[in-house]
Amino acid sequence: MSDESRSGITRRKFLVYSATGVGLLLGTGYLTRGIWRRYLAGVINEMEAPWTGPTEPGLWFEIGEDNSVTLHSPKVEMGQGIFTGLAQIAADELEVDVARIRVTHAATSSGNVDPFATGGSTSISSLWQPLREMAATLREMIRREGARQLGVDVSMVTIDDGTLSAGGASLTFGAVVAAAEAWELPDTPPLKDPSEYRFVRQPVARVDLEEKVLGAPIFGMDAEVPDMLYGAVACPERVGTRFVSADGSAAREVPGVVDVVIEDRFAGVVAESYTAAWSGLDALEVEWDTERTWDLDDIRHMVRVGEGTPYEIQKEGDAERVLDDAADSGRLIEAEYTSPIGAHAQIEPGVALADVTAEGATVWVSTQVAKLTREEVAGVLGMDEEQIDIRPTFLGGGFGRRLHTPIAMDAARLSRAVERPVQCSLSRKQEFQQDTFRPPTHHVLRGTLGDDGHIRALEHNVSSGDVMHGSPFVPDLAGAILGHDLGAWRGGMIQYGAIPHHRAVSWRVKLPFATSWWRSLGLLANTFAIESFMDELAEAAGRDPVEFRLAQIRDDERGRRLGEVIRTAAERAEWTTEVRDGVAMGFAASTDANTPCAHVAEVGVDDGLIRVRKVTCVIDPGLAVNPDQVRAQCEGSVVMGLSASMFE
Amino acid sequence: MASFTLNGTPYTLEVEPDTPLLWVIRNELGLKGTKFGCGLNACGACTVHLDGDAVRSCSVPVSDAEGREVTTIEGLASGDELHPVQAAWIEEVVPQCGYCQPGFMMAAAALLADSPEPTDDEIDETITNVCRCATHIRIRRAIHRAAEIGAAEGASGEAGMSRGEAAP
Repeated sequence: MSDESRSGITRRKFLVYSATGVGLLLGTGYLTRGIWRRYLAGVINEMEAPWTGPTEPGLWFEIGEDNSVTLHSPKVEMGQGIFTGLAQIAADELEVDVARIRVTHAATSSGNVDPFATGGSTSISSLWQPLREMAATLREMIRREGARQLGVDVSMVTIDDGTLSAGGASLTFGAVVAAAEAWELPDTPPLKDPSEYRFVRQPVARVDLEEKVLGAPIFGMDAEVPDMLYGAVACPERVGTRFVSADGSAAREVPGVVDVVIEDRFAGVVAESYTAAWSGLDALEVEWDTERTWDLDDIRHMVRVGEGTPYEIQKEGDAERVLDDAADSGRLIEAEYTSPIGAHAQIEPGVALADVTAEGATVWVSTQVAKLTREEVAGVLGMDEEQIDIRPTFLGGGFGRRLHTPIAMDAARLSRAVERPVQCSLSRKQEFQQDTFRPPTHHVLRGTLGDDGHIRALEHNVSSGDVMHGSPFVPDLAGAILGHDLGAWRGGMIQYGAIPHHRAVSWRVKLPFATSWWRSLGLLANTFAIESFMDELAEAAGRDPVEFRLAQIRDDERGRRLGEVIRTAAERAEWTTEVRDGVAMGFAASTDANTPCAHVAEVGVDDGLIRVRKVTCVIDPGLAVNPDQVRAQCEGSVVMGLSASMFE
Repeated sequence: MASFTLNGTPYTLEVEPDTPLLWVIRNELGLKGTKFGCGLNACGACTVHLDGDAVRSCSVPVSDAEGREVTTIEGLASGDELHPVQAAWIEEVVPQCGYCQPGFMMAAAALLADSPEPTDDEIDETITNVCRCATHIRIRRAIHRAAEIGAAEGASGEAGMSRGEAAP
């Protein structure tokens, strides 16, 4: 990591940095109550997070004299392909070729990290508008300044791949930026119609392909600075176990161990090599206090509909009364479903490299929450946030696991103690033990059919450990506003709006360990439960499950889009309820983030083992910035979902 | 002391003989393309070639490499010319997060060296690495594509894709 990359935006590559008063945007008062309300309202109402971060082109873009364009992404790349999508979006409004744009992770010191997190399938949808606006604004700034430098009227200037031309003369963006002394910040210019875009909607190859195919050192685990040491920290092995004290005398004797750091409720070893750090940790004697132990059965008993706090999250008609009446008349159909605790199991373990000095700290870390990590590191070091620079790296998988990255605090403590940079990582065993798991769930579904064979009433009760509240990145404020956990009930509402009486209730349970996001939040378990029950109801009605679902959809835009993906999936998979060559079909559909999706799974049995032979996935995400990467996400989600449901 | 050849260059190092080869490659020799995933011989992120065979370097002591040739992802290409596996990985846009991919590519290259036209079943049996982004569908496709590229190169003696062509 060279000094040049240290400040993010350097003077030579300077853009509108001082001219637009970036300093005003920063500071600890940034996350205000109002912003939280707006953010949460967006997530709840639209299932899309609005952008609440900075809107200064100079914080986002850097243009080199060689006419290179660097986009400092406020969100992190963890495989979901956003660096590519963001480059496409920026290229079209900037009027440069997508290949000219390099995308990097913004450091917190640059002022352009997301104030919340990367996650929840919101990166492209939330950055779509602000990024287009900023790229267009920057383009117009350069056009105006270029016109001034060329001595022509701005209306004469045309742009082609980062070069301005007017009356035979031309200037590159880089040349304009290098010669500029002051900038005029125009009003946001009109954006292009997406039909004019050259790169958006195209299956552009991922911009990070070459690095990832050559094995470039881009991940948190790969970060390296001169004189760095390696650290390992003691972690409790069981839920309910707490650190009491540690004796480092044996650990200090291990060859290669530089220091043993024992502080309040913390113990770690620093060594010259990775292996010496772990040998040192093995020799560290730690006393743990186990208040009580928990096993999976204890947890299962806690997560029950009827226990904890209920929140009605959806109500249309009077489902409770209709279903109670149906119970009295023997027409109630009922089923229960459960889903187990789940580990993220991303391949790169938790890791951070911290370089702490008296002046401040720099931390390279695989994280989905750079801003929270800065707050936490500042807290543990007793420093101001402005003294801490978090440099997010590429993530070796995220899936929600890195929505809290306390490993950065561990690395900072060790670095402060030894006054040298220290990289600290978790072992695979620790990674599983410290995981913020996908919470287990319990679902009770009740339904009844009308005389017309349609569903008359449907009710979904879901009990779940916390998804959002368990996370330190969501302040208590969110709980005060919401009460219920919108992560846990994501996907928990009934999407079949033609059912006259429907209702969904989320029961919140506080578990004795941290639970959190796991790829799709509550969507996985909730869709599994509701869609399984839809099959039960179709069976009771004696109807084809696909035709039955279509009949329960409301005739509005949302319903029509859902119907379209359901019909397309059935058609593509040649849907049938017959068993053909020992293979049967299963169907499920859901809508999340304004994106309806339907699956047909073809399932057979080989030697007593269930085998999924083929999955047909149909999705309508609206405008797909990069259709190939949408496809890649679908492929990955299907396989990860199969792994979760069949093997984990 | 340990002596072995890494990507064609001989090295002699002062390390404990039981140090896993992975950490010698990553932290003593500074090549970060070989990844740590589990340290338990399970996930394959650390796969390298030892005299051409795919091994999981987290569970191979450096003493096992004594006098032998180690190849990592950084040594898979020949100069500026990508290995067919790397070219196929680019053509099929395989990586998502990308962390496990060097291990997969090394495993795939070893498979293709033994079996130039592997079947799906052979791929499933041999490539037991783990990818949590679940890029397995494209990985299998890319291995077949690499087999084609390898066969075409073998037939014509022509150069494959060079690094400069990898950009979109």
